[in-house]
Amino acid sequence: MTEKADFLTGDVAAGQPPRETFVLNLGPQHPATHGVLRVKMTMDGEYIVRAEPVCGYIHRMQEKMGENRTYAQFLPNTSRIDYLSAMTYTHAFVGAVERAAKIPVPPRAEYIRVITSELNRISSHLVWWGAFLLDLGGFTPLLYAFDDREKILDLLEAITGARLTYCYYRFGGLCNDVDDSFIKGTREFVAHMRPRLKMYRGLVTENIIFRKRLEGIGPISQEMCRKYGATGPVIRGSGVSYDVRRVEPYSAYPEFDFEIPTFPGGDSMARYLVRMEEMVQSLRIIEQALDKLPAGPVMADKVPRVLKLPAGDYCYAVEAARGRFAVRIVSDNKEIPYRVKLRTPSLSNLSLFEEASKGMLLPDALALMGSLDLVIPDIDR
Amino acid sequence: MMQSLSGFIAGFWQFIASLWPEPLRLVLFLGGIMAFVGLNAAYLVWVERKGAARFQRRPGPTEVGYAGLLQPIADAVKLLTKQLIVPAGVDATLFRAAPLMVMAPALMSLAVIPFSDVLSARNINVGLLMIFAFGSINVMALMLGGWSSRNKYAIISAARIVSQNVAYEIPMLLVVITMVMVTGTMNLSDIVKAQAGPFWHWNLFKVWVNPLMPVTFLIFYICMLAETNRAPFDMAEAESELVAGAYTEYSGMGFGVFFMAEYANILLGCSLATVLFLGGWQSPIGIWSGVVWFLLKLYFLVFSVVWIRWTFPRTQFYGLLNLSWKILIPVSLFTLILSSAMLKLIKPFAA
Amino acid sequence: MKSALKEIAVGFNSLITGMRITLGQFFKRSVTLQYPHESLKMSERFRGHIELVKDPATGKAICYACKLCERACPSDCIIVEGAKLDGAKKRSVTTYQLDFTKCSLCGSCVEACRDGAIRFSHDYNLASLSKEEFVMDLFKRLETEREEEERREGKPASAVPVAVKPEAAQPAAGQTKVEVK
Repeated sequence: MTEKADFLTGDVAAGQPPRETFVLNLGPQHPATHGVLRVKMTMDGEYIVRAEPVCGYIHRMQEKMGENRTYAQFLPNTSRIDYLSAMTYTHAFVGAVERAAKIPVPPRAEYIRVITSELNRISSHLVWWGAFLLDLGGFTPLLYAFDDREKILDLLEAITGARLTYCYYRFGGLCNDVDDSFIKGTREFVAHMRPRLKMYRGLVTENIIFRKRLEGIGPISQEMCRKYGATGPVIRGSGVSYDVRRVEPYSAYPEFDFEIPTFPGGDSMARYLVRMEEMVQSLRIIEQALDKLPAGPVMADKVPRVLKLPAGDYCYAVEAARGRFAVRIVSDNKEIPYRVKLRTPSLSNLSLFEEASKGMLLPDALALMGSLDLVIPDIDR
Repeated sequence: MMQSLSGFIAGFWQFIASLWPEPLRLVLFLGGIMAFVGLNAAYLVWVERKGAARFQRRPGPTEVGYAGLLQPIADAVKLLTKQLIVPAGVDATLFRAAPLMVMAPALMSLAVIPFSDVLSARNINVGLLMIFAFGSINVMALMLGGWSSRNKYAIISAARIVSQNVAYEIPMLLVVITMVMVTGTMNLSDIVKAQAGPFWHWNLFKVWVNPLMPVTFLIFYICMLAETNRAPFDMAEAESELVAGAYTEYSGMGFGVFFMAEYANILLGCSLATVLFLGGWQSPIGIWSGVVWFLLKLYFLVFSVVWIRWTFPRTQFYGLLNLSWKILIPVSLFTLILSSAMLKLIKPFAA
Repeated sequence: MKSALKEIAVGFNSLITGMRITLGQFFKRSVTLQYPHESLKMSERFRGHIELVKDPATGKAICYACKLCERACPSDCIIVEGAKLDGAKKRSVTTYQLDFTKCSLCGSCVEACRDGAIRFSHDYNLASLSKEEFVMDLFKRLETEREEEERREGKPASAVPVAVKPEAAQPAAGQTKVEVK
């Protein structure tokens, strides 16, 4: 009799394996996975016994593609790995090639790269913010976020010609210069965004329902981050001040005064706060870069038309919106790289999901997944 | 023998004839209620979509008719023309019955709501009891719909619905008992009549009967949101978690009826709140009372439900249960005891 | 008890704040654009599909089929053929096929072109029921455009004289495409 009661309620003595489980197939089409991620969840009622991410539904062989085309031809692909932070990804590839070919980049180009990368970071975080709230069942913030993001996209469209897959950077600089209207527009955007962030705080961050859903939920320890190589807001939400812009300074970042927001909680709320604070810091960087923007060319003088990198092994890392994105190029002195390796942050961040979600309730696990800010093409590449 | 039979027939006919106005009135009113619920269910969808659009700074439906006013009709036609798919392996009877069972109680319950002192389909003495009796069928219907769907998401949703409704029925009933004690009747018409006069006579503001009256209203409102599975308590249809919850396998008008029932239930909940707390058809200044006031209050409450849905994220399940068991039930129990004590203390002096 | 009450008060306050914010937005102007009724003007640098540029002097394509763009394209979506026409000094393009289904709008072709013979169009209303419509012959498109223009110029003065800018002519070309289908 007692056995039957246990069977019905699913109560399991501590340490015992659950008696009856079922497999819940979350995805590849599911509203919470924001793409074609599939998570095979073994469930005990609404508790997760094991959540196994199944990747590869949008594997496009980006790395292999890099190995059979010239550097310039692969450049547009980098915008499509993580479509939400296309600028930073292009930055890494361009940076790797410049490092290998020893192409000097004019300071104006570096500054504009910083401005556009940070604008891109804000727009990426805004999408995450809206989508994360969508995961939690709040619909309206998404539309507010997209309203603000629209302003960034308009700015970037005016200078790059595209709204998502910018492909703005070139080996040695930028494809075209920014004009005064962009600078003016960006200043207006910075002024517009600050009160909006305050509004977001009132609408969401301080909301009791929201806080109850995130505080203490989905703790990720520093050890777990290190074990799986998690970077970006995930590791900074666990209290480790790791930011590529600081630890491996690149581009013009050393010239700006900004903080690396770090929160020690390790829960979903800490990761949320890291991103919100990062937007504030990005605005600061943009403002400083606009103030100090030097005049001059935006393209290096002597960039060979046919680019052949000297034989060797080159790596360049950037802080993308989701963490450390690194490009490693192995060259054998040909037009086409011998090997291209893309180190994408989302894959590492997803890897810890299986361990972190053990024993969690389904909605909490989805909140945790949302707080990891996964972009599925970035996982599968 | 013959005489007695004809006498019986004549007597019976007389009896029927004497009743005639009443059945006619009844049919008219019930027809009216069904039309009212049907129209409201359809047009509250429009209100919701327009409201959501305004909160999100978009225009909302604009294409079908002026300001999209024909959109609900277009949607209904679309849903009616779609096939009601009964997936393999589901319990077909329950699967088909669930939408009916969810819609019918809402329709029936509205029959006892007094829209004004003369506009009420049935004025029965235990109207309040009847609403709650029918209200519990709603839960069962949703549960059966989810369970019979043979879908894991739907089953999880069904389990959630049951525990959520059990948790929220208690504080709601406690609040209702408080109100019954304060007004001394279960007849909804009499409850409104007891609130005659300017707005401080409404139950919401009767702080001399119970200083926690506004809190009581708030509890009722929260419970109403939870009972109708509305955001932020939309655990049953948590689309980012459970795809479409209990409705996942429903298509065509099967889904349409569920959808309409949601709005019918909101209408019922808001009507009840208006009757119990906001003085029903009573005007706030004491004169010119009438059905207009009832509708104004009702639609203000409906608007607030829409407003809440498009502002807050969804609560977590344990948060919802914690709120009910740890805050709402103790507080509503406290108000119940407080008002009974106040009534005992004050009434002798008042009388 | 005291902290619990405080939490309830703070929580309730936060809910009220949220509702006040959304209500504030409720009365503001909507920020969207009703797309089929209104549409945005594309920015100067907007990267649409590519199109051939006319030589203002001759009205013909500048392109002389050097095939640099064909080689630069990472997706192999351009096929250019050219021939030396009778009496001409240079080669001139005879076919410029763009398979837009493969194109990723990267712009490598435009950058590779040394003579500015191709550019991005501002045409973004590209929808079709068949895949074949997106395999466009840009050369033929330019020629039809030119012929149309000539026909219009040849007409009597009743026709409104429009200074046909290439951008303005673009939608007209799009429309003829639909009619053909």
